[in-house]
Amino acid sequence: AAGVGLVGSSAYAQDALTPNSKSDIESYNNFYEFGTGKEDPARNAGKLDTSNWTIAVDGLVDNPGEYSLNDLIGGLTVEERIYRFRCVEAWSMVVPWNGIELADILDRVGVQSSAKYVAFETVVQPENMIGVQRNVIPFPYVEGLRLDEARHPLTIMATGIYGEPMANQNGAPIRLVVPWKYGFKSIKSIVRISLVDEQPPSTWNLINAREYGFYSNVNPNVSHPRWSQATERKIGGGLFAARQDTLMFNGYDEVAGLYEGMDLATFY
Amino acid sequence: MIVDRINRATRRVPAWPIYIVAVAIAGFQFYQGLTGALGPEPINALEREYGELALKLLIAGLVITPLRTFTGVNLIKYRRAIGLSAFFFATAHLAVWAFLDVRAWSRVIEEIIKRPYVTIGMAAFVLLIPLAVTSNKASIRAMGANWRKLHKLTYPAVLLGGIHYVWLVKGWPAEPFIYLAVIIALLAVRFKPFRFQRARA
Repeated sequence: AAGVGLVGSSAYAQDALTPNSKSDIESYNNFYEFGTGKEDPARNAGKLDTSNWTIAVDGLVDNPGEYSLNDLIGGLTVEERIYRFRCVEAWSMVVPWNGIELADILDRVGVQSSAKYVAFETVVQPENMIGVQRNVIPFPYVEGLRLDEARHPLTIMATGIYGEPMANQNGAPIRLVVPWKYGFKSIKSIVRISLVDEQPPSTWNLINAREYGFYSNVNPNVSHPRWSQATERKIGGGLFAARQDTLMFNGYDEVAGLYEGMDLATFY
Repeated sequence: MIVDRINRATRRVPAWPIYIVAVAIAGFQFYQGLTGALGPEPINALEREYGELALKLLIAGLVITPLRTFTGVNLIKYRRAIGLSAFFFATAHLAVWAFLDVRAWSRVIEEIIKRPYVTIGMAAFVLLIPLAVTSNKASIRAMGANWRKLHKLTYPAVLLGGIHYVWLVKGWPAEPFIYLAVIIALLAVRFKPFRFQRARA
């Protein structure tokens, strides 16, 4: 598939991190379109049809249109990024993603100066998605980033894991990865990218605004209303694995400047 | 009659194997957690398995009386074993949470105080303790009518258990809401007005 393969390793690849096994990464997922159980996506996502994938790019862009994957990312630099992945449910993984900086894609489509946010939308294939049939949350799943967050070099659009095309349950064929935010911000199986001038809706914020803010930066000091975010358990450690402390911005301190002057307890 | 056949059969089937099966299931699931059969996050999986089994058994205990009133099938001799097995799984659920998941007394206390869904779950467990302690023939004899009164604590305990489950999930998965609905229905049939109507019908 387009965009998979290694063309150099970035300064952001964190070799100190030990990635989870491929089987951990592919067997423990939240992808409610395929069911709410952690094992449901691995069981059900095989039905997702990723052939002839197109991504609508619209809104405040110079080159709007219906892009094929190759039109959108072909020729752009694919890098391996080994990132911590922290779920809002207080578990975590380390994933060796293969992807393209979102900024490169934004440059290709030509962002107009009036754009302030990027909005994303996940595919809906009701006939292939048991969770959509059961309406477990409103679909399509939508997410968004402020433009400066989207343009940050840590923000990538991933197409592979471990140098191979990613499994459907991980968000094939292309997904967002924003490593300093809770996992649900990293929207999967994207079919629409819109450049807009107002803060776009995001699914979990629509479901429960008190529990899930638009920003959703990993923050050990701001509890989820129902559970603590101070610690996390890394997946794959077995029955006797201890929790580890959660790091501010999931350890990616270089993004702190994006939120200067903002009270992160208010803008959670 | 099928009812008579079932009731006759219960005379030959003792209740004690229920305890053995309960312990065997808990042990097998722990073994599955060790070997990876519960997936890459076995602590949470085991916590959930034990908790769900506790709820299922508590619900089974609640089914026995209405089953007898509505159908005549009498499984009352199994109720103590079912109830104690439920308590066993609730204890195992709590133990996995405290010793494998949270692992620090200070944080266990903090979670019980600060997290309402934990508080509720803990309250349900505490309500079950006197029931487990008095589930023997000597207590029944010694307490007389008070024993029946005391064991009505099952009702709030099961209800709190059901709410505990619903409170911790994200979104609208069906399972916890089905559990809670079944619990509410089983408690509702015990209300006097409902019983009265049924008697006249």
